[in-house]
Amino acid sequence: MLLRVLVRAGVLAASLAVSSVVVFGFLAALPGDPARVALGVNATEESVAALRTEFGLDRSLGDQYVDWVGGMITGDPGRSYVSKAEIGPQLADRMQVTLWLVASATLIAVIIALPAGTLMAVRHGRRSGLLLAGLSQLGVAVPAFLAGILLITLFAVRLRWLPSGGWTPPVEDPAMFLRQLTLPALALGVVQGAVLSRYVRSAVIDVLREDYLRTARAKGLTSLRALWRHGLRNAMVPVVTVLGLQLATLLIGAVVVERVFVVPGLGKLLLDAVANRDLLLVQAVVMVLVVAVLVVNFVVDLLYAVLDPRLRHG
Amino acid sequence: MVDPALPTPSSPVVHRGDVAGVGRRHNPSLVAGALLVALVVVVALVSFVWTPYAPSRVDTSSRLLGLSAEHWLGTDKFGRDVASQIMVGARTTIFVGVIAVGVAAVVGVPLGVLAAMGPRWLGQLVMRTSDLVLAFPALLLAIMFGAVYGSSTLTAMVAIGIATIPSFARVTRAGALQVLSREYVLAARVAGRRRLAIAVRHVLPNVSSLVIVQVSVSFAIAVLAEAALSFLGLGTPLTTPSWGRMLQESQELLSVAPRLAVVPGVAIAVAVLGFNLLGDGLRDRYDPKLERAS
Repeated sequence: MLLRVLVRAGVLAASLAVSSVVVFGFLAALPGDPARVALGVNATEESVAALRTEFGLDRSLGDQYVDWVGGMITGDPGRSYVSKAEIGPQLADRMQVTLWLVASATLIAVIIALPAGTLMAVRHGRRSGLLLAGLSQLGVAVPAFLAGILLITLFAVRLRWLPSGGWTPPVEDPAMFLRQLTLPALALGVVQGAVLSRYVRSAVIDVLREDYLRTARAKGLTSLRALWRHGLRNAMVPVVTVLGLQLATLLIGAVVVERVFVVPGLGKLLLDAVANRDLLLVQAVVMVLVVAVLVVNFVVDLLYAVLDPRLRHG
Repeated sequence: MVDPALPTPSSPVVHRGDVAGVGRRHNPSLVAGALLVALVVVVALVSFVWTPYAPSRVDTSSRLLGLSAEHWLGTDKFGRDVASQIMVGARTTIFVGVIAVGVAAVVGVPLGVLAAMGPRWLGQLVMRTSDLVLAFPALLLAIMFGAVYGSSTLTAMVAIGIATIPSFARVTRAGALQVLSREYVLAARVAGRRRLAIAVRHVLPNVSSLVIVQVSVSFAIAVLAEAALSFLGLGTPLTTPSWGRMLQESQELLSVAPRLAVVPGVAIAVAVLGFNLLGDGLRDRYDPKLERAS
């Protein structure tokens, strides 16, 4: 187990290193001069040169990279070329918002997917199972931002039950926070739940075929009770993997959904930065998202071993 | 939004001849998927020769009209015909999908074969690299390209293409490894055939069904990614009609004309559903032993 953790940690470290080079190289080294990009085509040579000196862009790329990575690790990625504002606090602020969104969406997805997927598996081949399977297939075909727009149309515009967007921090006004969180979280969560339920279904179908489950049923347990007592833990191994891998999709989905609901999270920060040609900010947000994906994959991999003892010694 | 690399079929290598007869059994996913995909493709093709109106024709006297005989799906805030825009949008969707998935398959399939047949370190390198690419989803890549080169249809296609390479490499590698353990490959090796010949004669034909399934599934993901990118204004330019952009423009008018959101929304869902069902159906057809995994 320890060896596995160490090997995985090594892979994680290597992946982080390589992706930091990719992100840095892509956005800082390729396109020429970030100072010129930030100031626009009409900038004078003097102002470009001044900005270059101010942000240390006149140093070698190697020095800039080391500086940047050091800044990212210590939580101080410097100041934006465009707004001159500190990037670190912005990141921390926006990250909280996105985390709330992603966490609640994950919760909604699991709440939908576990019962729906299990039911699809148990009712496999029967009409109710087919109906659910069809619904999940439809859910998979709807992107989260489309679900968001449809939810706004129904619950905000027509029924006027919930606000169509915006954001209030939970400490300021918990009730408003929940009201504003509901629709974007649903938009992300329902779609993700549809995807997840299909994996739950096939995992449960696999488990239902196992001998130990037949034994449990022969003992007199109903198939649902047998599943609950013996099967779920085994079915969870592939499901947890998918859930982890989905987190990448969810983070990216959040970028788009934040735009739909005008939620000031990482996605909005990123898109605004792109619109303002604020390369350093783009770089920082992209790196944060990539790190999040890589770290989650690492954790999922370890969880995998916890859930499936056979893998601990593999 | 399904991760394409996940459901690796357990026993994928089947000669087409082996499943003759079995493949022709009742397969509703295949039929429904093929019909939906055909619908989108036909609409896209027809748009080359005919649309009810010029898709970008602005007509201020007929803004925000409802459904009618003149405008089947109504008009938008500029008086443009929604049906015509949907038709041309189908073209954009298919075009981006074909190029993106094509790039991914052309790069990913040889990489997968190489990873299976080459030296161990090469296989490891390909797999670790594809893990890494998976940490850069299409949207992030498109944002990075957009920030550097400015957004265009090309950056969208390249971003979606690169993000899709790993799934082709993984699926191909998994299939190729199975083929390589077969007796006929062993026989070919013993007979002194070179690796390249084995790859071309035995491996590629036997992983082709897997690759075809992957093409269909990836196409669905590409459609979703393209819609998201043009929704964010990171894909096709303003002048080209696309479903994602139509959705984005609809958002300010949800209280007046929710139809403007529903119509492109349905178009996206139909295309994605079609390619997903087609992928499921093909998977069943090529490998009848396999329970539909996703």
